[in-house]
Amino acid sequence: MREITYREALREALREEMNRDSRVFLLGEDIACYGGAFKVTQGLFEEFGEDRVKDTPLSESVIAGASVGAAMVGVRPVAEIMFADFLPLVMDHIANSAAKMCYMSAGEISVPMVVRAAQGAGTSSGAHHCQSVEGWLMNIPGIKLVLPSTPYDAKGLLKSAIRDNNPVVFLEHKLLYATKGPVPEEEYLVPLGKADIKRQGSDITIIATSQMVLKAQRAAEELAKDGISAEVVDPRTLLPLDKDTILRSVRKTKRVLIVHEACLTGGAGAEIAAVIALEAFDYLDAPVTRIGAPDIPVPFSPTMEKFFIQGEEQIIKSAKALLA
Amino acid sequence: MTLSNEELLEMYRLLLFARRNDEKICEIYASRGLPELHHSSLGEEAIAVGTTFKLRQDDYVLPSLRARGMFYTKGVSANLMMAGMFGKKTGPAGGKATSHHMGDLKLGVLPGTGLIGSSIPIATGAALGIKQMGKDSVVITTFGDGASSRGDFHESLNLASVWKLPIVFVCENNAYAIGTCQQKQMAIQNVADRAPGYGIPGVIVDGNDIIAVFEATQRAVARARAGEGPTLLECKTKRWRGHSENDKDLYRCAQETAAMRSDCPVKRFEAYLLEKGVLSEKMVSIMEMQVQKIIDESVKFAEESPFPAPEEALGDVFSL
Repeated sequence: MREITYREALREALREEMNRDSRVFLLGEDIACYGGAFKVTQGLFEEFGEDRVKDTPLSESVIAGASVGAAMVGVRPVAEIMFADFLPLVMDHIANSAAKMCYMSAGEISVPMVVRAAQGAGTSSGAHHCQSVEGWLMNIPGIKLVLPSTPYDAKGLLKSAIRDNNPVVFLEHKLLYATKGPVPEEEYLVPLGKADIKRQGSDITIIATSQMVLKAQRAAEELAKDGISAEVVDPRTLLPLDKDTILRSVRKTKRVLIVHEACLTGGAGAEIAAVIALEAFDYLDAPVTRIGAPDIPVPFSPTMEKFFIQGEEQIIKSAKALLA
Repeated sequence: MTLSNEELLEMYRLLLFARRNDEKICEIYASRGLPELHHSSLGEEAIAVGTTFKLRQDDYVLPSLRARGMFYTKGVSANLMMAGMFGKKTGPAGGKATSHHMGDLKLGVLPGTGLIGSSIPIATGAALGIKQMGKDSVVITTFGDGASSRGDFHESLNLASVWKLPIVFVCENNAYAIGTCQQKQMAIQNVADRAPGYGIPGVIVDGNDIIAVFEATQRAVARARAGEGPTLLECKTKRWRGHSENDKDLYRCAQETAAMRSDCPVKRFEAYLLEKGVLSEKMVSIMEMQVQKIIDESVKFAEESPFPAPEEALGDVFSL
């Protein structure tokens, strides 16, 4: 099977959905000729023109708010917010506008929109360009929340997100854009709300999101050398969360480690941990354990940033401790 | 656009309905309370009715919390709205939302949110959607002087002007944002003074002159429909009651509130039509009875409707 990058996979998803449905259009800052800050939309302006790939002024709030209004009257906007750290600027229109329109109209009015943003640390971009923000969003009823970890998942999930008739926040990871992976030529979709077992195992379940999925897989390879069989579960979607797949894995292995790049306190891992602690209580042989960044802003200097980002080392250490 | 006598009478009927309906809600709120907090539009009705009158069904309005007349002028049922205020299952969205945020896309009514000013980007987006689909509908959205201080106001007017979106931004300037007078909110005399900052026309009209409101709106609608972009239309008016029925309005003195009632949009339009011979005193009496009948029936409908079952709260979070 051919291998393409996460970035190319996202671009293909956008291209295919724009070809399939003339109502789909893109808006965001510098997404047209410039091709987007992370070059995801590169080439799409030349292919589809300024009516379908629209550069906006520097106005995050109206990018999101206008997406709500446009979606309500019958088109399907895919908005790009340059950095996930800027999502607080659109929080009103995600949490209060988009998330609540269907409910407040008793299902009569839908908001089929996608907000894409790049998150994550590792580029020495400092406190306002490196955060992981899924924890901020997980407490909002009415949105769907997706974090793809591979090119295959990125393409399939973005296509599904665009076809979904609800507001979807789609969080990409900066360091994943250049990663390569197998992606079929033929069209396919990855459903929202379905987790993926990235690696089968029997001794411990490692639940990981976004970039941490790759670190968990590498950690699992190392652990295998010590005779530890780790199962890596990638939720892929946090809202709605695939509790069934997660719980089935935990009931099998009896030990669970949840890993995310976001700060520990109040992160998505806290919700997953609470679900497991309640619904798999009788199966657990060890406390539900989370790995997240220390509760600090992302530091700028590379040495400190490295300290912030948890990795294989921490995963291996925690896993072994849980099996001791 | 010149209005026929029938159209003038219809406009008067809607204005009268907006007035009497609001008075009735204030009366009910004072005597027994209502689940929905009423934000009275007494004194400002000409703006809601005048801007919405003669819009096409496929044109959209996104009313402010004070522009109740827009709903009725667009054809939303009095029963539905009254049941909404009572929190009944027969209200908009089966009671899941207050009546003043209701939407009905078929009638061309867009829902807003409970944040003042946040409706402006949503309305702007509707105009964007219309343009994307190659349609020639327009969007009219109303908001107060208070909302014009929001960042969302700035971002929306900026985007709509540079993209030439088919929208009319109507500011109902009653010179108060809850208890804060205009001079404390902005260093300028008129909200419309901001328009040159977006390269769009800023038009000021007497918001209590329904014909002036209608004509200015129609000009702005024609401009928008022709693809020439938005207009900022400021309608000067006065808010007769507090911001809401919970607001005791202690920040305005009796003199001020008495003076404003002497400039009544309903009485002015009535006088104009009587003078033109379009209305007669007899017709006024008949219309008052007709309007009262609709209102009384809507109250009865609301009173007799059931509340939604508690568990109904769980549905409709997501669209299929």
